[in-house]
Amino acid sequence: MIYVIWAIIFVLGIWIISTYNTLTALRLRVQNGWRQIDVQLKRRYDLIPNLVETVKGYMQHEQDTLQKVIEARSQAMAAKGVKETAEAQTALTQSVGKIFALMENYPDLKASKNVLDLQEELTTTENQIAFSRQYYNDLVTQYNTKQQVFPSNMLAGFFRFQPSEFFSVPDAEKAVPRVNLTLAR
Amino acid sequence: MLFFFIIGGAIDYLYFDAFSPAGPPLPLATIFSLGVATFTTLSAYYGGSGLILGSLGAEKPDGQIPEHRELRNIVTEMALASGSTMPQVYVIYDPAPNALATGTNEKNAAICVTTGLLTLLDREETQGVVAHEMSHIRNEDILLMTMVSVLIGGIAILADLGQRGFYSSRAGRRLGSKSPLLFLPLLLLIAFSPLIARLLAMAVSRQREYLADATAAQYTRNPIGLARALEKIRDAATPFHKATRGTAHLFFANPLRRRLENSDGNLANLLIRRSIGASSCSIGWRVFPLRSRN
Repeated sequence: MIYVIWAIIFVLGIWIISTYNTLTALRLRVQNGWRQIDVQLKRRYDLIPNLVETVKGYMQHEQDTLQKVIEARSQAMAAKGVKETAEAQTALTQSVGKIFALMENYPDLKASKNVLDLQEELTTTENQIAFSRQYYNDLVTQYNTKQQVFPSNMLAGFFRFQPSEFFSVPDAEKAVPRVNLTLAR
Repeated sequence: MLFFFIIGGAIDYLYFDAFSPAGPPLPLATIFSLGVATFTTLSAYYGGSGLILGSLGAEKPDGQIPEHRELRNIVTEMALASGSTMPQVYVIYDPAPNALATGTNEKNAAICVTTGLLTLLDREETQGVVAHEMSHIRNEDILLMTMVSVLIGGIAILADLGQRGFYSSRAGRRLGSKSPLLFLPLLLLIAFSPLIARLLAMAVSRQREYLADATAAQYTRNPIGLARALEKIRDAATPFHKATRGTAHLFFANPLRRRLENSDGNLANLLIRRSIGASSCSIGWRVFPLRSRN
């Protein structure tokens, strides 16, 4: 009889250890995922001044748009806190998108190899940011699920694992940006 | 590997008088074929992807060509989306659109794309195809497929050896004394073993392809891209000359598309054409679930 009790305690101990380890590993992966997003954002910050310099010569009449992009970039780099950062990031994405839309009016600009390369670089950077955010959200889903399903939720509460926040786009930015495509002559 | 064992046993029984008092003390051919099986399995594990890539003429992407740079960027994006390390990227210079993934695990995986595919598909569709290959890597299909590839080659060699022995006259005397009940089935087994191996490979491949499509849609969150890519590839219909029957199941789209009129009556060819379009599944069957997600 005593052996049965020891066996139960043993199995319970193994379960506790393995669940704790899984929760810890997931939490660390979530943190890593968040840092990965920062890496991609930094890449974009570095690429944007290149883009502005390259198109400045061609797009003489769009100086104010280009100026807005530089401002948006500085704002994004200076932003603190999740909400402010997210808003600044989205504003930056939109202003870069405006430049790409305006490039349609300048055929010799579009034919330039440098600009095409830069466009590809920025496109892939935007995609990489989006995918690392997506992956971060997938990780957060896994981590939060593990904390809330039945057997592990008791342990999660006991060891004080906190649910993580999803990365979400604040509602204001979901409005489609209106791009002014009129030629300034 | 079990298959190797059976084939080896069949050859032993028929040719070497094994399992009877008059024959050699050890079943030589069985041991030989087990040895061959172990050797091919190990070499498949350690060098398989190198063999396959070499036989297909894969090269590193050229940094000067924008489409190759785009390919490298797309693979980076998909590695981020799936949370895996960046695989090696190779390019095959062939106008037929196709793609494959190979390697043994996530750390030494390789993705290979033809230039035909890069020209045919736009960025979104190429992303879908690359996501499909990344999901093969994540689901550990590549290990399975690389091993199957090399084992099929090994079985073909063994079956060849078995069949050649049939024609020598000394073998004929030996064969005459065997029990007639086992004679015919074992001989058929040796003759058809390459075919059976290939059918097994095709069946496994079909299930894994569906799984890879679903995982790819999960990574890109854009199933329509992959669906459009599949449709474009189906319409392209150029046969891919560098693939052989041994490597056909690795590919995204069946590289050995043959028209029924051109087949030379070989049973294997007919079966392949009927049961697969994209390395075991018809493209229509793969496009439908992707398009109907919305």
